[in-house]
Amino acid sequence: MPFIPHTPEDVREMLAAIGASSVDDLFDEIPARLSARPLERIPTALTEMEVGRLMSQRAAGDGRRLNFAGAGAYEHHIPSAVWSIVTRGEFYSAYTPYQAEASQGTLQLLYEYQSMMASLTGMAVSNASLYDGATALAEACLMAVRAHRRSRSQRVLLPAALDPTYRRVLKTIAGNQNLSFDLLPYDPSGGHTTPATLEPYLGDDITALVIQQPNFLGTLEEVDELTDRAHAAGMLVIAVVNPMSLALLKPPGEWGTRGADIVCGEGQPLGVPLSSGGPYFGFMTTRMDHVRQMPGRIVGRTVDMDGKPGFTLTLQAREQHIRRSKATSNICTNQGLLVAAATIYLSLLGPQGLEKVAASCAERSAELVDALTRVPGVRLAFDRSRFHEAVLLLDRPVRDVLEALAARGIVGGVDISGHYPSLGNALLVCATETRSSEDVALYARALSEIMQGVAAA
Amino acid sequence: MREKLIFELSSAGRTATAQFPREKAAVGIPESLRRRQAPMLPEVSELQAVRHFTRLSQLNFSIDTHFYPLGSCTMKYNPKACNQYAMLPEFLGRHPLAPESTGQGLLRCLYELQEMLQEVTGMRGVSLTPMAGAQGEFAGVAMIRAYHDSRNDRDRNEIIVPEAAHGTNPATATMCGCVVREVPCLADGDIDLDALRQVVGPKTAGIMLTNPSTLGVFERRILEVAEIVHGAGGLLYYDGANLNAILGKVRPGDMGFDVIHMNLHKTFSTPHGGGGPGSGAVGVGERLLPFLPVPVVGRDGDRYRWLDEKDLPQSIGRLSAFMGNTGVLLRAYIYMRMLGREGMQRVAEFSTLNANYLMARLRAAGFELAYPERRAGHEFIVTLRREARDFGTTAMDFAKRLLDYGFHAPTTYFPLLVPECLLIEPTETESREELDAFVEAMSAIRQEAQQDPGKLKAAPVTLPVRRLDDVRAAKQLDLAWKAA
Amino acid sequence: MSKVPGNLRYLKSHEWARLEDDGTITVGISDHAQQSLGDLVFVEAPEPGRRVTAGEACAVVESVKAASDVYSPVTGEVVAGNAELGGQPELINQDPYGTGWIMRIRPDDKAQFSSLLDAAAYEAALAAETH
Repeated sequence: MPFIPHTPEDVREMLAAIGASSVDDLFDEIPARLSARPLERIPTALTEMEVGRLMSQRAAGDGRRLNFAGAGAYEHHIPSAVWSIVTRGEFYSAYTPYQAEASQGTLQLLYEYQSMMASLTGMAVSNASLYDGATALAEACLMAVRAHRRSRSQRVLLPAALDPTYRRVLKTIAGNQNLSFDLLPYDPSGGHTTPATLEPYLGDDITALVIQQPNFLGTLEEVDELTDRAHAAGMLVIAVVNPMSLALLKPPGEWGTRGADIVCGEGQPLGVPLSSGGPYFGFMTTRMDHVRQMPGRIVGRTVDMDGKPGFTLTLQAREQHIRRSKATSNICTNQGLLVAAATIYLSLLGPQGLEKVAASCAERSAELVDALTRVPGVRLAFDRSRFHEAVLLLDRPVRDVLEALAARGIVGGVDISGHYPSLGNALLVCATETRSSEDVALYARALSEIMQGVAAA
Repeated sequence: MREKLIFELSSAGRTATAQFPREKAAVGIPESLRRRQAPMLPEVSELQAVRHFTRLSQLNFSIDTHFYPLGSCTMKYNPKACNQYAMLPEFLGRHPLAPESTGQGLLRCLYELQEMLQEVTGMRGVSLTPMAGAQGEFAGVAMIRAYHDSRNDRDRNEIIVPEAAHGTNPATATMCGCVVREVPCLADGDIDLDALRQVVGPKTAGIMLTNPSTLGVFERRILEVAEIVHGAGGLLYYDGANLNAILGKVRPGDMGFDVIHMNLHKTFSTPHGGGGPGSGAVGVGERLLPFLPVPVVGRDGDRYRWLDEKDLPQSIGRLSAFMGNTGVLLRAYIYMRMLGREGMQRVAEFSTLNANYLMARLRAAGFELAYPERRAGHEFIVTLRREARDFGTTAMDFAKRLLDYGFHAPTTYFPLLVPECLLIEPTETESREELDAFVEAMSAIRQEAQQDPGKLKAAPVTLPVRRLDDVRAAKQLDLAWKAA
Repeated sequence: MSKVPGNLRYLKSHEWARLEDDGTITVGISDHAQQSLGDLVFVEAPEPGRRVTAGEACAVVESVKAASDVYSPVTGEVVAGNAELGGQPELINQDPYGTGWIMRIRPDDKAQFSSLLDAAAYEAALAAETH
C-alpha cells in the first residue's frame, strides 16, 4: 500500500487495542446510506515508475520553447543553489511556524526576507507574503480602506495601464466589500498615466491611487508627480512594482515627497520559475504606522527565557484565528516556500548581482524591440522609457502570428488586443537576461518570415 | 550556537559572481526615475549562502524529520515522486500565457485532476484556481452569494457557523460582505439542531461545516442539518479541512453539500512549505456550476483549453493573476494517480485507524478524552484540565515538553470550546511504532508533571531557543534588520 | 478575584464608566477584562472629536493572544483619548481604573449614565459568566 506502513498484524493488534472487530466498525457513526460507491472515474493506482513515465511523456509533448512573454511572469536565471535548498525536507515539509522553538529556521529566514523586501521597496516593514501579485493588490486596497481613517468613500483610482487581470481579481475580491474603482486613461502616445488625469478627482473623497511601475504597457510612470498630487488631495498611494526593476528604479518609499504608503507586487521574478502560472508569491510592505492594518503573517525578533535572540510570529491579534470576523483578512497559509526561494535568490545575487540582472534585462529588451520593429508591419506602440517590456503593434491579428511562432518553438509574447481594443493588434513582448543576442535574432527572423507568409488582415 | 543573520555574514564587495550575467549593461532610464542607493542585500559567497540556509533548515521540525501530529493540518508524508515529476523542466519553464496548443499535456493533467476531485467529493464541477484553503472558502461563500443574487434573493447575507469553527470561516464571511451567526454544539459534539432551527430563516445564505467537525467527531445528523438549511433556502458549504477522514468512504456531495473547498496541501499530500503554497480547489453541485471561479479547464474532443468569463458569464470571476498554484496541482495529480481508486479509501481507513488507536492508548495511559463516548475521525481531543488542576501544568507546557522528546506538538488551545486541549491528528502515514513512542512520551511527561512540574514550565530545553517573549515581540516591534 | 469599585458604572462587555465633575464620562476596561486578556501590547483609543453612539466599538485593546473591542457606554463626542497608552499599554494591566483609562466622552444625555450597571449588577453578571 503506497505510503501506508501497516502490516496485517499491526492492523489486528491496533483494532484489538481499540476494541473494534474491523476497520469498518470505526465508521459506524456514519449513516449507512452515505457509503460511497466505487470511484469509477478515478483510474487504478500507478507505481512511481509508471507515473514517472506518464508525466515525462506529457511534459515532453508540451516541449520547451524560447520565451519572450512577460505580462506579470518573468523568466530569469535561477541559481542552482536556490531550489536545491528550498526542496530540503526541513523547509519543504514543515508547517506554518506556530511552534516557534521548533521552527527557528523558517522564522529567521522570513525575518531576513522581510528585511530585504523592506529595503528593496524603501519601506519600514514587510509581511511574510500573500498569494500572488494580483491578490496582494486586492489586499492592499482593502488595507488602504482600513488605514485611511478620514476617507469614507472606499473609492480607489486605477490606471488603465494597470495589469487588466489584476483589475479583474480586484473586482472579485474587493467588490464584495463595496469598494468601487474609477479608471484613469493612459496617454495614447506614451502609454503612461499623466498626472493631469487626476484633475477630475482632486475635489472628491478618494481613498487611494494605485500606481504600477513599470506599468502593464511596459512604460515608466511619472511616479513622483503622481504620488505628490495624490497625497495633496488626501489619497493614499499604493505602489505595484516588479521587484527586479527596483534594482534600477527608484523605490516606492522615495516616490515624491512622502513616498508611497503601501507597496505590493508579484514576487515571482525573485527565484521562482514560470511553472505554468504558479505557485508564485505576493509581497507587501508599508509604513510602520500602518503595520496593524497589514494582512498576513509577520515575523518579529525577540528574546527567549534566557535572553537569547530568537524569532516568532507576531501581531497575531490581526489575524483570523484570533480576530475571526474582524480580522484584517482571512489569509492564513501563504506562499512560504516561494519566499524561501526569493530569500536565497536575493542573498546569492546581492545588490550588485541584482543590478546586473536588471540592467541586462533592460538592454536585452531594447535589443529585442530594435530587432522586431525592423520587421515590416511591426511598430512600437509607445515612445517612452521602459524597463524590459514593450507593446508592439502588428498589421494583422496577433493570435495567428503567435500560433505560427509557437509552431517554430517560440513563445512570441502576449496578445493584449482583447484588453486594449483601441490599440488594435497589440503584442506585449519581453526579454530578460536569459535571452541572448542569438535568441533575439532567431525571433526577428522567424517573425519576418511569418509576417511575409501570413495573410494581412 | 545561534546562526547569525545573513546580513551579519555580509562583507562589502563580496559576491557570488557565477550567478550574474556576464556583461555590465548600459541602461536608458532617466535619472529622475533611477534608484540612488543600493538596497540592503547581503554580500556573501555562494558557499556562505548555501551553508547559512542549510543550517537554518536544520533548526526546523518537519514531516521528513519528526512525527508532526498537528490536529486539523493533516501533516502526512509528502511523496518525493510528486515533487520530482511536478518539477520537470517543461512544466517549470512554461509561461502561463503561452498558447494553449503548447500546453496540452499540462492541461490534460489538470483536467483529469478536476474529474478525479469531482468523483471523490461527489460534486458536479471543480475549479482549481483558489491558492489556499482560505481563498477556496472565499470562492465558496462568494458563489453562494452569487447564487442568491441571481435569484433576486438579495437579503440572504447570514452565514451560519458552529461555535467550534475555524477562525477563517467567520473571517471569510466578512470578506464576502456577510454576517456570521454561530450555533452551539451539544455535549456529545454534534450540532444543536434545535438551535439551528432557531437561527435559520429568510436571511440565511448558508452554513459552513467541517465533517468530521473540528471536535474530531462525525456529525451524525448531517442529513437533518442539510434538510433544515435547504428547507430555509440556504446552501451547505463543506470546509475540506478534515476531508482526509472520509476520503473515498463518504462523499460531501452525498451528504447534501452544495459546495466544498479541498485543501490539496492536506488531503492530497502536497507540501506545507513552512506556510504555503497551498491550494484550495473548490467543487460545486448542480446549482452552483455557473458561478465557479475562472479559469477552469475545459475539453473539446481531444483538445483542452481554459474556460474564462466568456464561457462562464455568471462566474464569480478571477482569484489569481494566472491559474492558481499549478505546481501544487501537479503534485496533487501525481499523488492521486499513485494512490488510485483503491488508495483513496485507504486514506480514510488508516488515518481513522491510527487516530482511534492513539486515542485508545492515551486513554489507557490515563489521559482524559474530550469526547470519550465517540469514535474519533482522523483526529481527536485530549483535555489536560486535570493535569492543569492537579499539577499546575497547561496544555502549552505539555506541547513544549513534547518538542524536547522529539515530537512536534499537536494543535493546542483549538477548538476554543475544550479547556487545556490538544487536538491530535496522526495521519495514515505514521507507523504503529511511532504512535507507541508518542504515547510513551506523553506518559513520561505526565509523570514529570506530577513529580517536577518545573521541567515542563522550563521546556523546551533541547532546541535552538527556549520559550520566546511574545509580549516583547509585539510591543517592541523588530520586524526588519538594520545595520548598527 | 477581580476588583469592582463601587463608585463606577459598568457594561456587561466589561467597560467601566465614571461621571466626572465637568459632566464628561471616563471609560476604561474592568480589572476582570484586563486579567482575562493578559499582558496588553497595544491600545487604539479614538481621536477627539469623533461622534460615538452607545454600544459602538470605538477602541481596541490587544494582547498577544486576543484582541477585544471597547464599546462606548453612552452616545456623545469623544473629548480625549489616553495618549499614555500608546507607549505604555501595560498601564491598563497595572491600574485599570486609574492611569489605565482609555477615553473620555461628553454624553449627549447625562441620564444615559445612570442606566448603566452598578457594581452589584456587574458582579452578578461576572458570576453568571463564570458558571
